[in-house]
Amino acid sequence: MSILIDENTNFIIQGITGREAVTMAKELLDYGSKLVGGVTPGRKGREVHGVPVEDTVRAFTNSQSIGASIISVPPAFAADAVNEAIEAGIKLLVVVTERIPRKQVAQFVEYAQQEEVRLIGPNCLGIISPGKSKLGGVGGALESCEQAFQPGSIGVMSRSGGMTTEIANSLSESGLGISTAISIGGDAIIGSTYAELMPLFDADPETKGIAIYSEPGGRAEYELAEYMESSGSKLPVVAFMAGRFMDEMPGMRFGHAGTIVEGKADTTSEKIAKLSDSGIAVAEKIEDIPVLLKQRIR
Amino acid sequence: MRFYEYEAKEVLKKYSIPLPKSLFVKDSDSAFNAAQNLSTDVVIKSQVLSGGRMKAGGIDFANSPEEVKEKSRIILELEINGLLPVGILIEEKKKITQEYFAAVTYDGRAKKPVIIFSDMGGIDIEEVANSHPEHLSRTHFSAARPFSPFTAKNAVAAVGVTGRELNQLSAIVTNLCNLFLERDLTLAEINPIGKLEDGSIIALDCHLDMESEARNTHSALLAEIGVPEEDNRQSRPPTQFEIDAANVDAADTRGVAGNLTEFDGNLGLIIGAGGGSLTLFDAVRAAGGKPANYCEIGGNPSVAKAANLTKLICSQPKVDKVAVMMNVVSNTRVDIVARGVIKGCIEAGFDPAEKIAIFRIPGSWEEEGFALLERYGVDYVDRSVSMHEAAQRAVEKMKGI
Amino acid sequence: MPAMFISIAIEDSVHKDQELCNRLVSMCPVDIFEISEKSQLITVEENLDECTLCNLCIEASSDEQIKIEKLYRSDSN
Repeated sequence: MSILIDENTNFIIQGITGREAVTMAKELLDYGSKLVGGVTPGRKGREVHGVPVEDTVRAFTNSQSIGASIISVPPAFAADAVNEAIEAGIKLLVVVTERIPRKQVAQFVEYAQQEEVRLIGPNCLGIISPGKSKLGGVGGALESCEQAFQPGSIGVMSRSGGMTTEIANSLSESGLGISTAISIGGDAIIGSTYAELMPLFDADPETKGIAIYSEPGGRAEYELAEYMESSGSKLPVVAFMAGRFMDEMPGMRFGHAGTIVEGKADTTSEKIAKLSDSGIAVAEKIEDIPVLLKQRIR
Repeated sequence: MRFYEYEAKEVLKKYSIPLPKSLFVKDSDSAFNAAQNLSTDVVIKSQVLSGGRMKAGGIDFANSPEEVKEKSRIILELEINGLLPVGILIEEKKKITQEYFAAVTYDGRAKKPVIIFSDMGGIDIEEVANSHPEHLSRTHFSAARPFSPFTAKNAVAAVGVTGRELNQLSAIVTNLCNLFLERDLTLAEINPIGKLEDGSIIALDCHLDMESEARNTHSALLAEIGVPEEDNRQSRPPTQFEIDAANVDAADTRGVAGNLTEFDGNLGLIIGAGGGSLTLFDAVRAAGGKPANYCEIGGNPSVAKAANLTKLICSQPKVDKVAVMMNVVSNTRVDIVARGVIKGCIEAGFDPAEKIAIFRIPGSWEEEGFALLERYGVDYVDRSVSMHEAAQRAVEKMKGI
Repeated sequence: MPAMFISIAIEDSVHKDQELCNRLVSMCPVDIFEISEKSQLITVEENLDECTLCNLCIEASSDEQIKIEKLYRSDSN
């Protein structure tokens, strides 16, 4: 099994004719994902790598059931694109776009919650269930993607798109492999946090352990720690915490939009302490993640 | 982007939040004149983008224009956390009988804006949260619907405030929330809000942060209060090295090669992407290395852009060698970055085989990239060597330099 | 600085086909081709190293009219 997506998930890309989206479309088709079309206003009738382009999301949802949409449009149009997809009844959205103002993110995330839509991102590379499907640029081109993401038993959640692949690669090399990996996004407000996705992994019989990548800033790690303490989850979790040098540099932003130390709770040292208290192992190096997981998987 | 206090108060004024009279000046003679026009008792406040001004001596009191002039001179020359003030704010001193705290920010966990309110203002709010939680309220509201004032009333009433104060404070918090939403702020904090002897309530100090991405939307407001377009408002002024790197990034829109922060060490870093840079910077330090810089490359930069960044880093007198490292890349191409760093190295007058301590970028187009590195004699590794091992190797090569 | 990594050879027959020349100029994602004052197709020296090896130019032409040489793959003597 996998979470969120599988080989039957059919989906569209909003903004499919953009430079990055064209490449992504090719990689998704190569991977075997069920990409059925894309939306770019004014481009109806065109094709991208053989899939049709329409002007509206409704043009697809009126005639068929669409499982998901990837939003890859410029920041100024992102909120509207998300709203359009929600209104059209699509229940899984992957928002790739970076640099969407926080207020707009809060607005469409609230709308998504009201309509019970699962939203991943923004500022993310998407979801992959190795051997089944992927939604988003995660892993890149086919050969390199298959090498890094081998099917297996570990769920991955990462605030960094690039580090999703790096961690997956170490898990694949170790033989553990990946059940589903999710690049959850690097912004201060994201649609789905670690703690919100954990119940899905808990319910997945194929997932035997969890690896997470985290950073300074925000409270998502505390939320996860509290989930681990209160939920009775039996999955071993190993976390990697990057940006330790930032503890000494309050007020400076590095890496992602959500990555900044403004108060003590934002620091890596506080987060590591809280994660450890809740029973989560914290790896010092990426290559330690599979080692720690193997020790903990029963 | 953080506003100076004097700018933030201009913004509060537009939202009808009551303030003491004040004047922003840049020298002690103007401070003297300002004091003459304001009142006998004034506060002199250093305008720096740093907390802890009071403790650092950046805020002082005076009761004559002569004293204002004298003390202004001292404050204008006083560095706070390495920053010199851009000027001082001369403000009439008010007698305060009670202090409050109000802030609006986003709560990433609730994914909504939140009002934090306390009737114990003027002190560290984390301290209040820990020791007197009943004196602090957190009230979430929707960013999607128009702000309704009852939310502000609930926030104020939740700590036990009632009567005339409740209505006055609710009005201030309502205006603060409207300001927060309309101006794309990520933080709007007034601390303290002061109650005067006559019962009126005013904002004494404030801290506003505007989302950098939204600056263009509010360019008219920024121009009106005099924020220059190029002012990036980091917590310290940029160094020449950082400015040059920002120019390299801005000159070419293809991908990212910049976001450089200078450090004291001798190992130049060409690293990426967002999370990869954080991981690798930690890894270099954990191995005992001394980075000359932090930076981010990603989004598949052009050869010229990667070359220009490399040339800049290699040209710094303090940089002995550079390490080129990234996580397994998807859309950024190994061969394109390899071309860029080799070219930049040569353009700066160095032999890539000598200057590049290690090249560890596995992923898309790696075969092509590795062939290129081989040709120029650069020490490279593939994904079987971890980011931490690669950092360790780079640091070892620095020994004896 | 001259190109270090990529060299592109244009066969004489290309210059006679004005339409092909124009197509090559417009299709190259990194602007390697331009038309000279003498109406010849030429390469832009500072853009050669930006070549992404997408081979669009080779696919657009025929019979080795355009040849891309990776200088770093050639004989290292």
